[in-house]
Amino acid sequence: MPVIRVEDLTYRYNGTEVLSGIRFTVERGAYLAVVGPNGSGKTTLVKNILGILKPQQGRVELFGRRIEDFRQWEKIGYLPQRLSGLNAHFPGTVAEVVQMGLPKKDPVLLSDTLDRMAIGHLARRLIGEISYGEQQRVMLARALIRRPELLIFDEPTTALDPETRNIFYELTQELSRKDGATVVLVTHDSGVVGRYAQHLLYLDKKLIFSGSFRDFCASVDMEGFFGPASQHIICHQHDSKGSGC
Amino acid sequence: MGLPEVLSYGFVQRALLAGSLIAAVSALLGLFLVLRRFSLIGDGLAHTTFGSVAVVLLVGVSPFYVTLAALPLVMISSLAIYRLTSSKKIHADAAIGIVSSLGIAAGIILSSLSGGFNVDLFSYLFGNILTVNRTELVLSLIVFALVVAAVVYYYEDLFVVTFDQELARSMGIQTGRINVVLFLLTAVSAVLAMKVAGIMLVSALLILPALTALQLSVSFRTTMTAAVGFAVGAVLLGILFAFVLNLPAGAMIVVFNIIFLLLVGGVRKLCIGNKA
Repeated sequence: MPVIRVEDLTYRYNGTEVLSGIRFTVERGAYLAVVGPNGSGKTTLVKNILGILKPQQGRVELFGRRIEDFRQWEKIGYLPQRLSGLNAHFPGTVAEVVQMGLPKKDPVLLSDTLDRMAIGHLARRLIGEISYGEQQRVMLARALIRRPELLIFDEPTTALDPETRNIFYELTQELSRKDGATVVLVTHDSGVVGRYAQHLLYLDKKLIFSGSFRDFCASVDMEGFFGPASQHIICHQHDSKGSGC
Repeated sequence: MGLPEVLSYGFVQRALLAGSLIAAVSALLGLFLVLRRFSLIGDGLAHTTFGSVAVVLLVGVSPFYVTLAALPLVMISSLAIYRLTSSKKIHADAAIGIVSSLGIAAGIILSSLSGGFNVDLFSYLFGNILTVNRTELVLSLIVFALVVAAVVYYYEDLFVVTFDQELARSMGIQTGRINVVLFLLTAVSAVLAMKVAGIMLVSALLILPALTALQLSVSFRTTMTAAVGFAVGAVLLGILFAFVLNLPAGAMIVVFNIIFLLLVGGVRKLCIGNKA
């Protein structure tokens, strides 16, 4: 049973089609990178998968259940690109934010999760008073504290410095390999996705490519679509790590 | 007149108790509203309350039950504001403006139809907590219990929705239901607050204690407790000073809320200055 199944998903904003006939599956334990240009519908896709937006056509299933009937939200950890409605004066502490929505608070679990993100020292600081990079770590800690089976990251490294960005990517790989979590990573860092993701989904309102990273790099069709240079950029970092395509 | 003598009057005791309960409820809800950028909903609902009271008075409801009778109309107005806001084509401030102006217009037309403004309607415009009756005291107790129970029951969901609504939806929280609960409770609170501060100053009870507590930069729970503390403190001091100085209680309560805001804001500035 796939963790995510998307069938013929179509979504429009004010009559303009943003997603058209999207169809793919994500198997348990997979690490999928979703790439595409600005306005290609990546975030809209994520919002449909998470039930934030309702599919206008087609269907989305999570863990074998239609999104409309899905209730096991504790299985999912979501890290948005940015918080759409965060008020800078929000009086929640880092500890409160990381534990929000948890039915039972566990100080040991909290401490472990904060330490894993190297933000233990921020536990009592207000979320609005810390830097953007620290806020992203807090939100990642929030996504991980429930030990979710599916992690969805929507352009999580935007505005992070290169060092923190690398730490973040290494962490996602660790979560995938050691913890067996399924990871969906929406990113603009097309040059680095091959280092971490085994699967690639290229979106531009329609599904341009869905398959393994290796197949993407070897595909003559994709070379024709993107041109050899663009395909090389996406695949280059993968090569540089020596795991080849 | 000494404090013990002032406190010995039944109407003062009722005013202090009802005022404290209503202020606490307004402050609790106000924190969520201020953080959600719905601060002006108090004004909107107060103006709608004006129209609703005019309807109720026109129909000839006994003054003892005006507060109770005005509730359904204000609750409907609150839901109308929510629906307009949810459409995404109208911003919250504009939605509040639409319902607010409709409420005031309805109030003026109905007052005119009933033979012009009368004393009853003016008493709701400026409020008088010292005239709170037993029905309103009981209603305040019920609403206090209801709001506290709702905030305790929905605390986690309210926290997440206030933090970020989209994130809340991604966690499976029924944000629509939480918003409806918040808006309906605010409507009830606004109708009761009308008795304390008057229609003109209802939003002060929702906004000022929350703003004062936010100056403290402490955790969410502590901010909520502090907002309630400031609100109740302002009501107690406002009513007592109003009684002793023979000034309008509603306005005095607002004045004390502003004094608290300025004091806490000033101390905060000093502390930040000392740290820097």
